[in-house]
Amino acid sequence: MTVQQSDLKLDGNAIGGLLREIFTMEMTAAIGTCAHCGTLHAVGEVEVYMNAPGVVVRCPSCGEVQMKVVRGRGKYWLDLSGVRCLEFAGG
Amino acid sequence: MLQVLRWQIGIVAELVQETPRVASLVLDVPDWPGHDAGQHVDVRLTADDGYQAERSYSIASAPEDHRVAITVERLEDGEVSPYLVGEVRAGDKVELRGPIGGYFVWKGSDERPLLLVAGGSGIVPLMAMIRHRAATGSKTPTRLLYSSRSLEDVIYREELDRLASAGDGLTVAHTLTRKQPEGWAGYSRRIDTAMLAEVAWPKAQMPIVYVCGPTPLVEGVASLLVDMGYDPASIKTERFGPTGG
Repeated sequence: MTVQQSDLKLDGNAIGGLLREIFTMEMTAAIGTCAHCGTLHAVGEVEVYMNAPGVVVRCPSCGEVQMKVVRGRGKYWLDLSGVRCLEFAGG
Repeated sequence: MLQVLRWQIGIVAELVQETPRVASLVLDVPDWPGHDAGQHVDVRLTADDGYQAERSYSIASAPEDHRVAITVERLEDGEVSPYLVGEVRAGDKVELRGPIGGYFVWKGSDERPLLLVAGGSGIVPLMAMIRHRAATGSKTPTRLLYSSRSLEDVIYREELDRLASAGDGLTVAHTLTRKQPEGWAGYSRRIDTAMLAEVAWPKAQMPIVYVCGPTPLVEGVASLLVDMGYDPASIKTERFGPTGG
């Protein structure tokens, strides 16, 4: 699997490529609604932690987990339970 | 229509040593679909045993350039950057995919004044915006505040000096946080409220703000600007890791 780079906080810009693999769309400009606090943030704004073995995305307003993405052994595990809605251009 | 993001091969056409630790790789990428200023590419290295390491690097070149340039800071304990800065030679192949990103981009059609704040190699995507502005003859009023450790660490220094002296609405302010040359007339401290008050466009002019650099700098500058009354929705941020790997 791909080794990620850092246990420090980054932001959603850093997972633009990973999200393109999954959604096939440009996702950093997508607007997500936090399932915990209801705040809207562009994916580019969210807090991203790239510790192995996966990516954890947290809401910049309330700090709760919005997404978890693990990639490896030819599979993706995608937990979006912290995002109520994702709105993005396409179609 | 957005294309499926595929890994492709770029060929190193030119290497530019920007500072002792930073180099630009100018790449020929066949079938490059074009990019917006502020986007990045992912670069992937594969070892002989199949081990792969992947990093994101901002695109430094303007969308108008026919080649794609990335600028990379060498981190001694990094997995990818010591190869890209030090090992790679002209003619070598580099595996990459992109362009990536749609949030931290400036397309030039926005008429609001531009405030760019960079820390270290965070200048790279902002340089793509400045180069795009110059390439299109844009007169968008633009101010860059650029924090570096020392004068030797300032990336694109001569080009920034030249573009700022053109008198077309670009001004550049430097702050050197660790070491300043004798007679230094710029700032010599970390970015603070007083500095932003001097450099930033008044909030009544509703500037659009791009901040890029190490995470503490980005978060510090963004919260100072919000405290000063700037609209959070007009402040776009991009955090670098320790600086990339």
